[in-house]
Amino acid sequence: MDDAAPLILARHLTKRFGAFTAVDGVDFEVAPGEAFGFLGPNGAGKTSTMRMIGCTSPISDGELTILGMDPRRQGADIRARLGVVPQHDTLDNELTVRENLIIYGRYFGLPRAECQRRADELLEFVQLSDRGKDLVEPLSGGMKRRLTIARSLINEPDVMLLDEPTTGLDPQARHLVWDRLYRLKQRGVTLVLTTHYMDEAEQLCDRLVVMDKAKIVAEGSPRQLIERYSTKEVAEFRFPAGVQETLDGQFDGLGDRIERLPDRVLAYADDGEAVVIAARDRGLHPETVLVRRSTLEDVFLRLTGRSLIE
Amino acid sequence: MQYRRTFRASLFGSFGIPALFLTAMGLGLGGYVDRSADAVLQGVSYLQFLAPGLLASSVMQTGSFEATFPILGGLQWNKIFHAMVATPLRARDVAIGNILWIALRLTLVGSIFALVIVAFGASRSPLIVLAVPVAVLTGLAFATPIMAFTATQRTPDRFAALFRFGTTPLFLFSGTFFPIESLPSFLQPVAWLSPLWHGVAVCRALMLGTIGNEPVLAVIHIGILAAIATVGAVLAVRTIDGRLVKG
Repeated sequence: MDDAAPLILARHLTKRFGAFTAVDGVDFEVAPGEAFGFLGPNGAGKTSTMRMIGCTSPISDGELTILGMDPRRQGADIRARLGVVPQHDTLDNELTVRENLIIYGRYFGLPRAECQRRADELLEFVQLSDRGKDLVEPLSGGMKRRLTIARSLINEPDVMLLDEPTTGLDPQARHLVWDRLYRLKQRGVTLVLTTHYMDEAEQLCDRLVVMDKAKIVAEGSPRQLIERYSTKEVAEFRFPAGVQETLDGQFDGLGDRIERLPDRVLAYADDGEAVVIAARDRGLHPETVLVRRSTLEDVFLRLTGRSLIE
Repeated sequence: MQYRRTFRASLFGSFGIPALFLTAMGLGLGGYVDRSADAVLQGVSYLQFLAPGLLASSVMQTGSFEATFPILGGLQWNKIFHAMVATPLRARDVAIGNILWIALRLTLVGSIFALVIVAFGASRSPLIVLAVPVAVLTGLAFATPIMAFTATQRTPDRFAALFRFGTTPLFLFSGTFFPIESLPSFLQPVAWLSPLWHGVAVCRALMLGTIGNEPVLAVIHIGILAAIATVGAVLAVRTIDGRLVKG
């Protein structure tokens, strides 16, 4: 395959379950070596899209090409070159950490000796070498996640599919996972991931699409999306309970745009400090004020009117 | 078929139980029965009568069990079957691999049981060698339809009912412990509906050396078992595929 051709190409990709449409005619492409993200709240259609790419869920409509192959006819050939990290760990609790890797390699038809060699290498890579002989069950959530990532690499995949790779992990464990994924990216592995964490998307993704209600609502790099759909800065105002409801109209004209959330008011402007001063001049007395840079969370709020994590 | 290796861990789980069962029931209970029931069993000792029934039914019970919890585990609990279909393996391979694994395990259980039977002098014929595959087929006639059922379940709640109203009554009333002729006459035809009875009947004929008396009947029995196992396997492949491959 020549370098310019996308590794994954979706045109009007659709997934229906009976009357319910989980993915509604989405278009996207993923280039070789890219880290590509699907950002969206639960139920947006991210996992269904990942399953179709992973060739474990037939597409209902549209076109999907993965590594130049058709998932309808070449599912097994495609899967042989993918590394899948599912949303929930699917490790074999009856086997040791190392055996989990070896057996998984055998599913790809790799010789046993090769599986053993790769297993040791991968345990090293995810910093689990000292746990190789332990059973899976006593491992922490972060360790299991790293083992799942190691397992997905046993066939030296061209593309990794990561469905919410760090959901449910504590901050330290998340950073360790991100670090490993970043190293893989540097080695040229294409990463496709879903997340509902904006910081994860910002950390890992070169480019992402925002999904909401089965559709793609925006596409770009994290930086581009923020520039396009948000301002440089955001001023957050929090008011004492009951006060915010009485402030109708009083924010009008502050900054470029105002978002009123149940617990705070966001004023979008390139100069957040200026907005804070202007608000004070209007006689508004918030309990706390915070000026920060715009994030993907703000992009999502702008595009959908809702927060990412509800 | 490398994926069968996954299940290596449970291989050495249940070796001794069949042997214990035979010892207790065959020798213990048999001691009483033989003193009074010589006429009923037509010169066969109770141990010899019982042994084929226990062989077939213990293989049947192992098959039934292996088609419930371990399968639900792979589909629902640790979800390792989902991990398998993310590789070049297909859902069909996972289903067939599990059926083959159960067949292997049943062969092991049946062979060990047969060895113990021989050690007890409870088989009259060397054809017990053929009784083992018949028992395995009996076990598969249970395992494959139950596996198809398991693949439609999300919790093990209905397994208790399956064992209570399914396998346990069949275990008791399929000629395992007493000839079905001892049942009320209106119940006797019901035995035909029990896959276990077909298995017990053939195993018994083989082990008592009477298979030559009614060879056609034996072929019918085996044909029925093979048909059930085959239909069950087709359904199991279909339901497991439906479960692992989304929509």
